[in-house]
Amino acid sequence: MAAALEQFIEGLQQASTLDDLQSKVFELRDLYEVEHVVYHSVNASGGQYAALTYGDAWVDRYITEGYERIDPVVMGCFQRFHPVDWRRLDWSGKVTRDFMDEAKDAGVGNQGYTVPIRGPSGQFAMFTVSHGVTDEKWTRFTEVHTRDLILSAHYLNQKALEIESGGTTKAPGRALSPRERDALTMLALGYSRAQAAESLEISEHTLRVYIEGARYKLGAMNTTHAVALALAQGRLVF
Amino acid sequence: MLRFIYGEDLSEFPKLRDTMFRDRARQFSERLGWEVTVDAAGEERDQYDAMNPLYVIWQKACGSHGGSMRFLPTTAPCMVNDHFTHLTDGVTISHPLIWECTRFCLAPDAEPRVAAALMLGGAELGQGFHLTDAVGVFDARMVRIYGRLGWAPTVLGTSGEGRDAISVGLWEMSEATRQRMARKAGLSPTLSRHWFDRAFGTATSLPQAVSA
Repeated sequence: MAAALEQFIEGLQQASTLDDLQSKVFELRDLYEVEHVVYHSVNASGGQYAALTYGDAWVDRYITEGYERIDPVVMGCFQRFHPVDWRRLDWSGKVTRDFMDEAKDAGVGNQGYTVPIRGPSGQFAMFTVSHGVTDEKWTRFTEVHTRDLILSAHYLNQKALEIESGGTTKAPGRALSPRERDALTMLALGYSRAQAAESLEISEHTLRVYIEGARYKLGAMNTTHAVALALAQGRLVF
Repeated sequence: MLRFIYGEDLSEFPKLRDTMFRDRARQFSERLGWEVTVDAAGEERDQYDAMNPLYVIWQKACGSHGGSMRFLPTTAPCMVNDHFTHLTDGVTISHPLIWECTRFCLAPDAEPRVAAALMLGGAELGQGFHLTDAVGVFDARMVRIYGRLGWAPTVLGTSGEGRDAISVGLWEMSEATRQRMARKAGLSPTLSRHWFDRAFGTATSLPQAVSA
């Protein structure tokens, strides 16, 4: 269902405030047909921002009780960077089980997948989808969607950082190099990937990585979209 | 055996940790003559070791370091983008599904299969975490090793000549490669998956899923 990811990224383009991101998170929940989507970011100076579909009661309860201190998801993901199926975490112990029961009662679901994100300049975020389904169904869901979920998490994070920094300035790491512009230009001109790689004197593997990297930097949902965005930003030269 | 350990957890493995940083000093400072920082204890560390990287380490039966490499996400500061963009046509490689792999190191007395075992560890990360590629920095000597293992990187660029050459390359991840590295290392892919699960947790039913 790459279509869900593309639809989400396309919608993200229109987001210009943190409130917009909140509605995007709800859209994402509907696209993936899961119970909940949670995005939580902490920047280097400790500033926090969250966009989530949980009900207020559960959020208040979580904060009041300081559940981040016992939540296996937080403990397993904080300052790390590998995505985690909740089933791989340690849920043993009475305190943890009680917490889980409460989360279940709050409608979080019995399954979850969390993507920790390490951004530029010491920023850290966690992106989670949670759902109430059997192990078998969740295994199937993650097999199909994991890559898209990781990408959704990072595109969302990138957009949040952009909005936080005032929206106009792109982080320096997101500027396209001349080489990436060349690669996009060739594809815009209708060259096949093989032809583009040949005329740029790089391998098709390298071309793929350059194009995927450029798509990510531009916040584009696919190559055509990346070309359009780069053109709109005056980044392509024919 | 293969260990997957975040920097913050290395303190649980003091012997493995100390012998790894000492072997790195031997390889990168003494043998290759790279301008790396070696401390009074004879251990090599750089700023990226302080960023809680994920190490893939071959642990010898005696508990000491047999070989290792270091992974960092390319969406955050990493060595390739901070120091080697002159080798990548100025392109910063930054993507959620591409991790950086640096400091590929072998203990002086490492048995031949250790290099393959480490590559297998990298392939486990690729399959386990759905990565498309790894990007890495490596010295000329490694080109032949990677080639012999049947997982040669796509070289993005090289600086220096002969033995002093340093390159940046891309390794494409796939299940076929994981299988091939297991064969080269003489290890069962089931065993290496077991080592992965031991580090990152085995997918077991959540308690509430059982009661639900």
